[in-house]
Amino acid sequence: MFEFDLYRVLSFAFQFLDSFAVIVLATVGLAIIFGMMGVINLAHGEFILVGAYATTLAFHAGAPLVLAMVIGVAITTVYGVILERTIIHRFYGRLLDSMVVTFGISIVMIQLTRIAFGNSLPQISTPFSSIGFGPYSYSTYRVALAGVALLTLVSLYWLFTRTDFGVRARATMQDADTARSMGVDTDRMYTSTFAIGSALAGLTGALYAPARSMNPEMGSGFLVEAFVAVVVGGPSVLLGTPLAGGLLGAVNAGFTTLGGTFIGQVAMLVAAILAIRLMPNGITGLIETIRQKRRERA
Amino acid sequence: MLEIENLSVSYGKTPILRDVDVSVDAGEVVGIMGKNGVGKTTLVKAIIGLLEADAGTIRFDGRDVTDERADERARRGIGYIPQGRDVFPELTVEQNLKMGETINEASETLHYDTVYEYFPILEERRSQKAGTMSGGQQQMLAIGRALVGDPKLLLLDEPSEGIQPSIVQDLTRDLRELSADLGTTILFVEQNLHVVQNLSERCYAIDKGTIVDELEGDRLASRDEVAAYLAV
Ligand SMILES: Nc1ncnc2c1ncn2[C@@H]1O[C@H](COP(=O)(O)OP(=O)(O)O)[C@@H](O)[C@H]1O
Ligand SMILES: [Mg+2]
Repeated sequence: MFEFDLYRVLSFAFQFLDSFAVIVLATVGLAIIFGMMGVINLAHGEFILVGAYATTLAFHAGAPLVLAMVIGVAITTVYGVILERTIIHRFYGRLLDSMVVTFGISIVMIQLTRIAFGNSLPQISTPFSSIGFGPYSYSTYRVALAGVALLTLVSLYWLFTRTDFGVRARATMQDADTARSMGVDTDRMYTSTFAIGSALAGLTGALYAPARSMNPEMGSGFLVEAFVAVVVGGPSVLLGTPLAGGLLGAVNAGFTTLGGTFIGQVAMLVAAILAIRLMPNGITGLIETIRQKRRERA
Repeated sequence: MLEIENLSVSYGKTPILRDVDVSVDAGEVVGIMGKNGVGKTTLVKAIIGLLEADAGTIRFDGRDVTDERADERARRGIGYIPQGRDVFPELTVEQNLKMGETINEASETLHYDTVYEYFPILEERRSQKAGTMSGGQQQMLAIGRALVGDPKLLLLDEPSEGIQPSIVQDLTRDLRELSADLGTTILFVEQNLHVVQNLSERCYAIDKGTIVDELEGDRLASRDEVAAYLAV
């Protein structure tokens, strides 16, 4: 009886780390671009696709895995900056227009990928072995991704709170006109932020290239999780992403452990809908409201 | 220092400013007074570059800056204090001040010492988020932020708005002394009689988007002359 419970607990823990990693890595790029420019990039999943495909192709062309991943990130970054400069920058601050435009970009990219590379690419085999215990077995690599997700969050937190670039970026997010009148070239700030968001999408694609099947639709799965997490996380994206990742990851892991992958996904979406009903401004919106009330009372 | 000629500005198709001429010499403290809605903020935003000119020219420090962006003008040495202060609420006091360092690229000087000397509260609260401070403290921060990078021209949009009368008097005195200490030229817009009379050495009057008068000396000292252009 005890053993059975321990397996369950371990299984939940692994599942949680896996879900947390997917949600956080899928979300950070989208969240930063949304927080800064007020646009939801519905082609974010296809940015991840670019990273994954570039990594896979570089690997099959003979590059060692780590180098292939670096190439994947680099290509996605360049690709993102080109799209930003030519199209997306025209839609900053216009949430709905930006969604329509990036949705169009997403469809075009999926089709172009299919035309260029067919319905799938041979997958890179997952590095490291599996951790087995009792009836369960987990990929070490996917668990390690939770560490990478955490490291990514810490790095971003440091970048945005401790560096000059980060202070200027946050000032631009809070009040672009005033930032401009303090000498900040906000257009350049937007392009840099978009480049960071694209690089993060590329990183996600690179990291999951050896862990997911490579097909032109692979981006949509990431987009759904990212979109849900951004909405649940709320306006303070740097804090909202890990909180939403933690909450949704726990729900997903709990229900996956109880009822399998499909039930886990459904439970996560139900949790997201409930969260949005209960906290229309997301978790960080709720935190801000509570703080405001405390301040008024003090 | 600043020469504005025939400046016209509109919001979309609605003309707001028509043929505005204003000039400020180095070292002067100049005011522009006018009632609510006559175009003061529009003029200030056109000077810093947040609004585009339809016609006319803006010359700053001997250079035509009419087609430059706001951030370029700031880096040339204009320190701007927006109406309602607009400090960055989620940044700390110190980070807000840091944002002002990029003003006036040509000058290496940073005025943290002077700013903290005039407004010690900013040093005491430097790790606090700016959004948690009172209106008067935020105004001190907005002034400090605009001054820290050693601007040649300080541009203020209604510094007295929403601030207690007793603090307005302190603020007016601080601004006069700061301008003298640091040699900063000041151009401000106001509708507060006390500030107009106690801060400006010379003052334009603006009404319905155009300059209608220019006062100095006895006329500027006369309460009635000044009050005629304000809603008092
Ligand atoms: N964003 C805007 N769009 C359209 N009209 C505006 C806008 N801002 C101000 N106005 C109009 O321009 C005129 C001048 O406004 P403003 O420059 O803010 O006046 P002041 O600062 O002197 O109170 C007012 O009639 C105001 O209604
Ligand atoms: Mg105004």
